[in-house]
Amino acid sequence: MTAAFSRVPELLAQHLLLAFAALLLGLVVSLPLAVFSARNKTVGRIALGFASLVQTIPSLALLALFYPILLSLSTLVGGGIPALGFLPSLLALSLYALLPILRNGVTGLANLDPAVIEAADGMGMTKTQKLWLVEAPLVAPVLMAGIRTAAVWTIGAATLSTTVGQPSLGDLIFAGLQTQNWTLVLAGCIAAAGLALAVDALLGLAEYGIAQRRRGLVWGSLGVLLAGVLVALAPAWPAPRGTVTIGAKGFSEQYILARVIGHRLEAAGYKVRYREGLGSAVAFSALASGDVDVYVDYSGTIWTNQMKRSDVPPRQAIVDGVAEWARQAHGVTLLGSLGFENAYAFAMRGADAKRRGIRSIADLAPVAPTLNFATDVEFLERSEWAAVKRAYGLSFKSAHPYQPTFMYRALSSGTADVIPAFSSDGRIAADHLTVLSDPRGAIPGYDAILLLAPRRADDIRFQAALRPLIGAIPVEKMREANYLVDRDTDKKSPDEAARWLERGLAR
Amino acid sequence: MPEQSRNVTFNNVSKLYATATAVDGVSLEIAGGSFVALVGASGSGKSTLLKMVNRLIEPSAGEVRIGGEPVRDEPAHLLRRRIGYVFQNIGLFPHMTVGENVAIGLRLAGEKHNDARVAELLRLVELPGDIAKRMPDALSGGQRQRVGVARALATGPKLMLMDEAFGALDPVTRDGLGKAIRALHDKMGLTTILVTHDMAEALLLADRVLVMERGRIVGDATPRELLAGKGGAAADALVAVPREQAHRLAELEK
Repeated sequence: MTAAFSRVPELLAQHLLLAFAALLLGLVVSLPLAVFSARNKTVGRIALGFASLVQTIPSLALLALFYPILLSLSTLVGGGIPALGFLPSLLALSLYALLPILRNGVTGLANLDPAVIEAADGMGMTKTQKLWLVEAPLVAPVLMAGIRTAAVWTIGAATLSTTVGQPSLGDLIFAGLQTQNWTLVLAGCIAAAGLALAVDALLGLAEYGIAQRRRGLVWGSLGVLLAGVLVALAPAWPAPRGTVTIGAKGFSEQYILARVIGHRLEAAGYKVRYREGLGSAVAFSALASGDVDVYVDYSGTIWTNQMKRSDVPPRQAIVDGVAEWARQAHGVTLLGSLGFENAYAFAMRGADAKRRGIRSIADLAPVAPTLNFATDVEFLERSEWAAVKRAYGLSFKSAHPYQPTFMYRALSSGTADVIPAFSSDGRIAADHLTVLSDPRGAIPGYDAILLLAPRRADDIRFQAALRPLIGAIPVEKMREANYLVDRDTDKKSPDEAARWLERGLAR
Repeated sequence: MPEQSRNVTFNNVSKLYATATAVDGVSLEIAGGSFVALVGASGSGKSTLLKMVNRLIEPSAGEVRIGGEPVRDEPAHLLRRRIGYVFQNIGLFPHMTVGENVAIGLRLAGEKHNDARVAELLRLVELPGDIAKRMPDALSGGQRQRVGVARALATGPKLMLMDEAFGALDPVTRDGLGKAIRALHDKMGLTTILVTHDMAEALLLADRVLVMERGRIVGDATPRELLAGKGGAAADALVAVPREQAHRLAELEK
């Protein structure tokens, strides 16, 4: 329990900063826009229409959309715009904050007593004087309510910034979801909800202060909020030079390997930090752009997704091909294979496979139309699935994506009959699953490979610290380590599993 | 230099809207220092005519001059600061105290430390001085309109525009405030234009009564002339009502 909450302060600070910055940017944009919208009906319609449209985009998709947008923008201006981490999160959340502020501002201005406006004009106020002396103070309470809504939305949606590599309380929730560590999920949820409630209460107090014309209350509550942000700012100054960022995608094996890498680098004197829960598509780009220094990927993933190759040569040829391409196209160094493979492996419940007499994907094809298929979130979109369908003519009765943990649950509970399991997954043995062979070689090799950012290409000390990992992790060890985290009872944290794995390596 | 009482001149002024003509070619001279009532039914164009003086409404044709200077030659907000404006809905600023409301014109002119002036203005409109610290929503309708008058007088304007200023008040308050306004007019040497639909009020307060109908001036006479039937048909119809009421009241007293 305490372990779960130990990362809360650091992530809470990051979370608060991100949400606050987004709210501030949202205010800077939406306040003048609200005034402009109230003065000009056309502008108002367009602005409110746009803000409402933004709200209809799921927040996760909005965050994801900023990655390609910023990437192409960066290419356009010759690089330098980070497409991952703080910037896309900030922009997406700011857009989210627009609507409630804009809507309340425009509504508030439109509903002002016309007599008061007539008096302001009649007394000889200029437009600016009217805005500051009359309109702004009268709209303030309504506007404040909009700001409160925006703040709560922003804090909630900020948990999703984890997926684009910006640390937030979402790190706990996503990691907990992947490793079925509900304490971690709870820690993240409680912290995020607590933050939202606290900020809402402070802003509510300020709103009350405005309505009651009690300046002390307004400045006091806003002051507490500001003090909170300043405290959060303290540890968030740019990481000192020499800090290494280790990337990890969103599943247990990645969390464990990131820690193994981290421990080795720490032993070599580096300061490390982690960017966990990166989307599969995002991770490689983060490495190539230098946002991440090192992470583990799988040869087949790069081969099919980044290189768009559909042929399936032998395992070593794929690793060599990836190494060559990564260096040529992105300056990324492939330090070597860790020694195990984490391939997509079609798996069924052992007893079920035996009863149906299915041993290979070829055996599966004829009965597949009567079976249900559960996959991880990305498999159905991946070219491996297209290749398997092409090679075997597979077509299932239904196909539903799940978070990996729930994919295994779906299979063991009978909701699904077939899953694309991960060959290094401890649950294959634990759940007594039968892995189907791939006689036509449709699925490429997925050797776990250590990839280094361009700036580490000639960093001899850095590479020396990691080289002992090359060829050092057999698949059995990886499975056991994964199972330590994934199993339902006596679960270990990724960090503990990493320590366990390291002890095995030392021997 | 204090503002001198000046003539207000309307020179063939019209205001056209998409579907109607509110004011139709009005030419008129209002002498400095006079108290003029503009009477007519609702929709006769009297409020529109009034608001073209302080440019809350811009004329479609013709021009308005104050003291010979066209009002459009000056930025609207500077023009308005020299003209007192009081209207039916008052429009006190609800987020400011009574004192801050009264001092707003002085504040716009860049003057500070206006407490003494505010106290003087409140005395002028017969309100207790301690009311300055209260918020407008704590006042009665009559008190609010008195604050509205004090606010309009704060910068010492010589021209007062009053648009149905007593329209929303009960008869007793209305009568008292009317008398107070007339007294202020005389004491401060103002030029006052009062828009009202109440002929009795116009007859009792004004030096000169203008009757408007469908955007035109159809009657222009002193109260005495009007009561003598010299104001024309439209004016006679409006005068008939209070006259008849007065006769009936007199009958009752016998």
